[in-house]
Amino acid sequence: MPKKSRSSPEINAGSMADIAFLLLIFFLVTTTIDTDKGIAIKLPPMPEENQPQEDLKLKERNVLKILVNSYDQLLVDGELTSIKDLKRKTKEFIDNPAGDPTLAETPMKAVISLKNDRGTSYNTYIQVHNELKAAYNELRNAMANAKFGKPFDKLNKEQTEEIQNYYRQVISEAEPENIGGTN
Amino acid sequence: MAKFRKKNGNGQPAINTSSLPDIVFMLLFFFMVTTVMRQTDLKVKVVVPQATEIQKLEKKSLVSYVYIGSPSDNFKAQFGTAPRIQLNDAFATAKQIPEFIEKERAARSEAEVPFLTTSLKCDRDAKMGIVTDVKQELRKVSALKINYSSSLRTEVY
Repeated sequence: MPKKSRSSPEINAGSMADIAFLLLIFFLVTTTIDTDKGIAIKLPPMPEENQPQEDLKLKERNVLKILVNSYDQLLVDGELTSIKDLKRKTKEFIDNPAGDPTLAETPMKAVISLKNDRGTSYNTYIQVHNELKAAYNELRNAMANAKFGKPFDKLNKEQTEEIQNYYRQVISEAEPENIGGTN
Repeated sequence: MAKFRKKNGNGQPAINTSSLPDIVFMLLFFFMVTTVMRQTDLKVKVVVPQATEIQKLEKKSLVSYVYIGSPSDNFKAQFGTAPRIQLNDAFATAKQIPEFIEKERAARSEAEVPFLTTSLKCDRDAKMGIVTDVKQELRKVSALKINYSSSLRTEVY
């Protein structure tokens, strides 16, 4: 009996390699190169050259004109506005709860027209886009909560479509002009 | 002869594999350390703007990157400080973008082409002029899905 206990059994390390390989493969598969995040935009298609530019007749009140100059100042429907107020103004314009005759008739008809200068800084441009998106996201969320009692991203496909058809998020970007000097 | 046979009697001696785990672990560490993003060597300085309404880019393999920013310090002497476009590993002009997109498309299967997204990694201090040029070129080749790369802003202003 004492002879048996003296020799400690060797641990079988044969499967160690397998475990390590498993780990290796796990890391090889899961290492994600820093996740890329950003504001997703869909560009309008290039108009065909021989196709005449059809003039979209939009009522003045249904268009929110945003102009950004090369000093990163915003002009929203003819009024100098700071970026902080842009979201509030956009929401007011789209929803028009007071029925103001200068704001959009219905959210479905609302169009946001964005025009910037070639000298506008990219940061400002992104901030404007961000605020516009935030305005729409908040409105959609509010509607989703009121109508379905769930936040917008928890809705099913039909519900999402219904809200997206109501708040359509039409942002039209005009080609920038080179007015403001520095490029 | 008898002695000889006796030696070989146990068959071939087993190869000692006790160091195999060490070798594999070494490989494992090597990969863990080196896989930290080696996508492209950035020749331009890019500090993406911050935003709140950002979405994650879903399929990594379907994204092509366009970098815009001022040349990094090593290239300042050669290229100046005005923001430039970088495609893959080299400086480029907006005119080269259609060619770049075509190459990206050719590298993917036809079914994937409509889902290709172009991620614009632009420096926040860049001007819209250069960004617009890029956008126009992208429109020309109907690469309409784009993503303005930005980081999450946590503080509210």
